[in-house]
Amino acid sequence: MSDATSTPRRSDDYEQSLDESEASVAAFESHDLNWLDRVQHFLHRNPTMVPVIVLVASIAVFGFLAGTRFFSPFNLSLILQQVSIIGVLAAAQSLVILTAGIDLSVGANMVLMSVIMGQLSVTVGLPTPIAIAVGLIGGMAAGGLNGFLVTRVKLPPFIVTLGTWNIFFALNLWLSGAQSIRSQTLDEQAPLLKLFGRSVAFGGAQITYGSILMVLVFAVLWYMLNRTAWGRHVYAVGDDKEAAELSGIRTNHTLMSVYMLAGLVCAIGAWASIGRVGSVSPQSFQEANLQSITAVVIGGISLFGGRGSIVGPLIGALIVGVFNSGLRLVGVDVLWQVFAIGWLTILAVAIDQWIRKLSS
Amino acid sequence: MTQSEPILSARNVVKRYGRVTALDHADFDLYPGEILAVIGDNGAGKSSLIKALSGAIQIDEGEIRLEGNPVRFNSPMAARGAGIETVYQTLALSPALSIADNMFMGREIRRQDLLGRWFKAIDRAAMERIAREKLSELGLMTIQNITQAVETLSGGQRQGVAVARAAAFGSKVVIMDEPTAALGVKESRRVLELIQDVRARGLPIVLISHNMPHVFEVADRIHVHRLGRRLCVIDPKDHSMSDAVAFMTGAKKPPQEATAA
Repeated sequence: MSDATSTPRRSDDYEQSLDESEASVAAFESHDLNWLDRVQHFLHRNPTMVPVIVLVASIAVFGFLAGTRFFSPFNLSLILQQVSIIGVLAAAQSLVILTAGIDLSVGANMVLMSVIMGQLSVTVGLPTPIAIAVGLIGGMAAGGLNGFLVTRVKLPPFIVTLGTWNIFFALNLWLSGAQSIRSQTLDEQAPLLKLFGRSVAFGGAQITYGSILMVLVFAVLWYMLNRTAWGRHVYAVGDDKEAAELSGIRTNHTLMSVYMLAGLVCAIGAWASIGRVGSVSPQSFQEANLQSITAVVIGGISLFGGRGSIVGPLIGALIVGVFNSGLRLVGVDVLWQVFAIGWLTILAVAIDQWIRKLSS
Repeated sequence: MTQSEPILSARNVVKRYGRVTALDHADFDLYPGEILAVIGDNGAGKSSLIKALSGAIQIDEGEIRLEGNPVRFNSPMAARGAGIETVYQTLALSPALSIADNMFMGREIRRQDLLGRWFKAIDRAAMERIAREKLSELGLMTIQNITQAVETLSGGQRQGVAVARAAAFGSKVVIMDEPTAALGVKESRRVLELIQDVRARGLPIVLISHNMPHVFEVADRIHVHRLGRRLCVIDPKDHSMSDAVAFMTGAKKPPQEATAA
C-alpha cells in the first residue's frame, strides 16, 4: 500500500520538495558550556545528586568544625536514630507527593496509631501482637479514608488531609485522655511495643532497630517504585493523571493504594516511635507532618508530582539530622537549627527549579 | 468497500453531558483493512464518538459491536483488551517517563523468575528490547536511546512513539485523533506514512482530522459527522475537498446514496 508515492499528488504538491530536502542531521557550532551549565546538565540527569552533595558537604563542614566528636560512631548512629521516625514518615509522604498530592495527616495518623497500640495492650489488655496488628490495619484504614475522599469524593488532597489531621488528632486526645502511657508500664505490660528502641552495638555505634527499620522501609519502597508495574503507575499518575488514565491505568486504584500504603507506613512509624520515645505520648511529634514534607522537598522530590527518587527523602532526613547534630555540637542555639533548615528547604526548591529549566 | 461485515460498528449511540447532547443517535461503521476518516465541524461530536469507541466515555443509549458481537467498554483498558488502540490528540504519554515505560504503560512485562512471580518484578530488558524493535519496524529509530524521557523528544518523535505503541498492541483497530495537528510539514508526512504502514499490516484505522489534504490523501472512505450524528459517508475519489467541507458545515445537502450507507 504505497499510495503516497504511486498516486499522483493533487493540489497538495507543496510537499514534493520534501524529497529533495536535506537529510543530514542538523549540526550546530558547538558552544562551550561553562562550568555552571555543566553542573546544571549533570544535575538534570541525576536529580538525586543535589541532596547527596548537600549531605556530603554538610558532613564535611560540621566534621571540620566539630572535629572527632561529630565523626564518632556514637554520634553518627545517634543522628540515624534521631531521624528514624521523621524518615519513615517522609517515606510515606514521598509516596503521596509523587502522585502530585500532599499528606498533612501523616504525623497525626502515626500518633493516633501509637495511642491505639498502647491503649489496646495496656488499658484493654489485649495481647501486644494483636494490638500492633490493629494499629497497622488502623493506619492503613486512616490512609484509606484520605484516599477515598481524594478519589471518590474528588476533594483536593491538601484539604482532605488538613481535615483528617485534625480529626486524627482529636481522636488521639479522646482515646488517650491526653495521658501518656509511661515507659515503666510498657516495660511491665507490653515490652514488645518498645522493640524498635532496642539497639545493637557496632563498634562504638548504637544502631537502634528503629534506624534499621527506616532503612528497610526505604529499601522496600524503592523496590516497589522502581521494579514493579505499580511503581511505574505511581509515577505516571503523578506526572499526568489524564494521560495515565487514557493509557489504561486505573488511576483511582493506584491513588487509593498509595494513600493506604502511606497510612500503613505511618502505622509502622507509630510502632517505631514508641520505642524511640520510650512511652506512648499523645502530645509527641506535633510538627512531624511539616518535618516530613521538609525532608521530601530537600530530598528533591517535586511537589508537582511524578519526579524524584525515593532515595532523596532518606538523604533529606539525614541532612536535617546532620544539621541539627552539627549545629548543636558547635554550640549553636536550637533556634538557629530551625532557622537553617528553613533556608535549606527554600534553597532546595530553588535549585530544583533551576535544574528543571533545562527540560522546559 | 462494503464487501464484508464491519469490524467495528455503532448504532443509535446517544451520549449526553447534562443538557448537552454530544451524540444524537449516531451510527458508525469501520470495515476490515480500510482507513476511515472522520471529519466534522468543531462541536459536531467527533471526539465523543471516538471516546465512546475507545472506552474513554460510557454511552447512554445504543450499541457498539466489535466483529459483530455487542461490546460495552467501561474503560480504555477494556477497549484495549478487546484489541482497540487509540492515539489521543494529547498522546497520553507521561513526559517524565522513558519511551519504553510509556510504550508498556499498563501492560508491563513481568519477569519469569522468582523475583517476577513472587515480588512482581518487571522485565525492563525485555520491555526495552521490544520497544526498540517496534520503533525500528516503523522506521522510528532516529531515537537513539529507548530509556530517554519522552519530554526530551520532539513533537514528531512523540507522535511516533504514540503511534508505535498503538500499532504494536492494537490487534483489531487503531484509532488516531488528529495525529498531524501539532506537527510540521515533514513530521506530518512521516506520520501519514506511518498510518499507511499500519494499514499495510492489515489493521484498519479510524483517522480523525481537520486537515483535508491529509484526509483525502490517505482515507478510503470519509465519515462526515454533523450535529452529533453521521451525516453521510463519501468516497474521496468521487467528491472534492470543498464538497466535504460543504457537507460538514451544512452548506450543501449530501447526496442520497451517501446518507444511506
